[in-house]
Amino acid sequence: MEKYYVLILLFPLAGFLFNILIGRFVSTKFVSWVGNLSVFGSLVFSLFTISDVFQGKTIEYNFYTWILSDDLKVSFGYLIDQLTAIMLFVVCFVGWLIHIYSVGYMHGDPGYPRYFAYLNLFVFSMLLLVMGNNLVMLYFGWEAVGLCSYFLIAFWYQKKSASDAGKKAFIVNRIGDFGFAIGIFLLFISVYTLNYTDVFQKIPELQDKTLNILGWHIDLITLIALLLFCGAIGKSAQIPLYVWLPDAMEGPTPVSALIHAATMVTAGVFMVSRLSPLYNLSETALAVVAITGAVTAFYSATIGLVQRDMKRIIAYSTISQIGYMFAASGVVAYGAGVFHLYTHAFFKALLFLGAGSVMHAMAGELDIYKMGGLRKKMPITYITFLIAALTIAGIPGLSGFFSKDEILWYAFASAKPYGKFVWILLTITAALTAFYTFRIVFVAFHGKFRGTEEEFKHVHESPPIMTIPLIILAVGSVFVGYFSVPHFLEPLLGEPKLAVSLQQEKIVMAVSIIAGLVGIATAWYMYILRPTVPENLTNTFKGFYKVLWNKYYVDELYSFLFVRPTLWFADKFIEKITDIKIIEGIVNGIPALIYKIGSLIRPVQTGQLQQYAIFMILGIIVFVLVILNM
Amino acid sequence: MIPLSWYLILSATLFSIGLMGFIIRRDLIVMLMCLEIMFNSVNVALASFSYYNSNLSGQIFVLFSIAIAACEAVIGLAIVLAIVRNTGINHSDEINNLRG
Repeated sequence: MEKYYVLILLFPLAGFLFNILIGRFVSTKFVSWVGNLSVFGSLVFSLFTISDVFQGKTIEYNFYTWILSDDLKVSFGYLIDQLTAIMLFVVCFVGWLIHIYSVGYMHGDPGYPRYFAYLNLFVFSMLLLVMGNNLVMLYFGWEAVGLCSYFLIAFWYQKKSASDAGKKAFIVNRIGDFGFAIGIFLLFISVYTLNYTDVFQKIPELQDKTLNILGWHIDLITLIALLLFCGAIGKSAQIPLYVWLPDAMEGPTPVSALIHAATMVTAGVFMVSRLSPLYNLSETALAVVAITGAVTAFYSATIGLVQRDMKRIIAYSTISQIGYMFAASGVVAYGAGVFHLYTHAFFKALLFLGAGSVMHAMAGELDIYKMGGLRKKMPITYITFLIAALTIAGIPGLSGFFSKDEILWYAFASAKPYGKFVWILLTITAALTAFYTFRIVFVAFHGKFRGTEEEFKHVHESPPIMTIPLIILAVGSVFVGYFSVPHFLEPLLGEPKLAVSLQQEKIVMAVSIIAGLVGIATAWYMYILRPTVPENLTNTFKGFYKVLWNKYYVDELYSFLFVRPTLWFADKFIEKITDIKIIEGIVNGIPALIYKIGSLIRPVQTGQLQQYAIFMILGIIVFVLVILNM
Repeated sequence: MIPLSWYLILSATLFSIGLMGFIIRRDLIVMLMCLEIMFNSVNVALASFSYYNSNLSGQIFVLFSIAIAACEAVIGLAIVLAIVRNTGINHSDEINNLRG
């Protein structure tokens, strides 16, 4: 059985190859079958892995040696343990539902086969990332998901904003990946292996070793962990590299769901959990991870409060939720982080697919202030969206509650000095999360429709191919939390040490529930009971609102600090000097030189037949004279 | 018996006449004729050397050389005719398309 698990990778790869090469020549129906079945095949095998792992097996299987060069030996092999199994299930299951939904959503799009090909490639890359048994395969998948996100965000490349957003995602990711690559190099020259098992065995030897950089003695493990975390910051959209994620909304909505729920952004959380033995050895790195996560969670939630674009609000909520996961990892509660990743995949996919369903009905409109009262026209979308909103708000009994509560509890109970700080930020964020999610629900689905009569007539429920995945995800959002992932992962990731007594867990739980309810109640008060309140608040805190509305001017800041200097440098130096003077100078200079030499000796060729004859005769005479003199 | 030098003087004279004609005259047909004269002067020299060395193969060779000269004359004339037909020019100094 062990070696057949490679099929988990091969199915989506085959689907990709088929759809990209032959997809154009077969019917769209065939394309969707291939696209869906390939992921379904992976899902079936990933269920087998879960049953294997439940029996306590850890599967490591090496197929062949991929790279062999001196000390570097990289094999193409996979490691399936509890963490991988849970990731495989999330990626395949949620990915599969998104594939099904896409059949309805992308219906009639001219790029249909291309879309499914990229979708399959995306799933393949993510599976490679989670299955690999060494850091090179992790890195390969890591880069491949970045590439696929570029393909899919810029899927409608005819639109300037979409192709810009794709480039932005790619470039911002590259910045993080640069640190990630250096981290891997540094790890390799420290332990001379990249296989996880070997790395974890050798890492303790590195403790207390320092690296001398320009006279600074830096702890080696901390440096490696932080460099690797750079990659996670880029891929998982944390401060300061989160800017690509909101723009990624330019792609088709199921793609957003795929990026946010199943693939791509969760890669960073997975990586930190996978390398937990490394992170456990560095207090500094853990503190950075926790604080980055907590601050990002809070920060992006505040931006989400005032946005009007439905998908953007949900995008900021993703950044915020990923922040939760990192905060959990930072307080050594990796299990809780992965638990949240797992529940988040369900309700976030549901939120996005719900938003897609609304877009479908509203002819692409995304401004929630142009919607209203949609619940009567779209009952299924409304109910499933409401379930997702309740889940993300942390209402007891739903999956989001369990995972969020777990994180809050471990943050509160953590022996780390920053534990309480993280807890406070995350609890406030919980209230904000509930508020902005229910803001969407109340503004878009309740009240009166804000557009014209004509538009309201066109609003309709989506076809079953789109609503069925919504229903499945809604059921999942409610129930997946009853499977205790942290307990399942305990043998692998360990149990965090608690600094406070277990009795206080009740208090933390109560506080988090209250935070969620306060958020919902505030949203209800502001958008249902007293619809004038938001406007008054906006007018009272004009400056504050403006800052939030403009997302703290971070895009403008980056544009000022990095984009424009780069463009200036490119224009003034690279183009004007390097390109025009040096490159074009060489390219045009060589032919010009040859032309000049040519025009010097060209007059010899007069074209006069008789002159040539004279030269020949003179030549013969010279020859004869030379011979006679010899 | 006529000494070899006489033949060689004849050959050299013919060659010089042909060469001078080729260089000085501008008419393409005349130039071709001059070429033939040079060719035949060489044949005279070859045949006479062959005779004085009592080696017949030289004289056989001359026959071949005459056959080849005939071919060359045909091709040369055809080229000259084509040039004249296409351009109407019959003077070598006016045909200088290959000037660099």
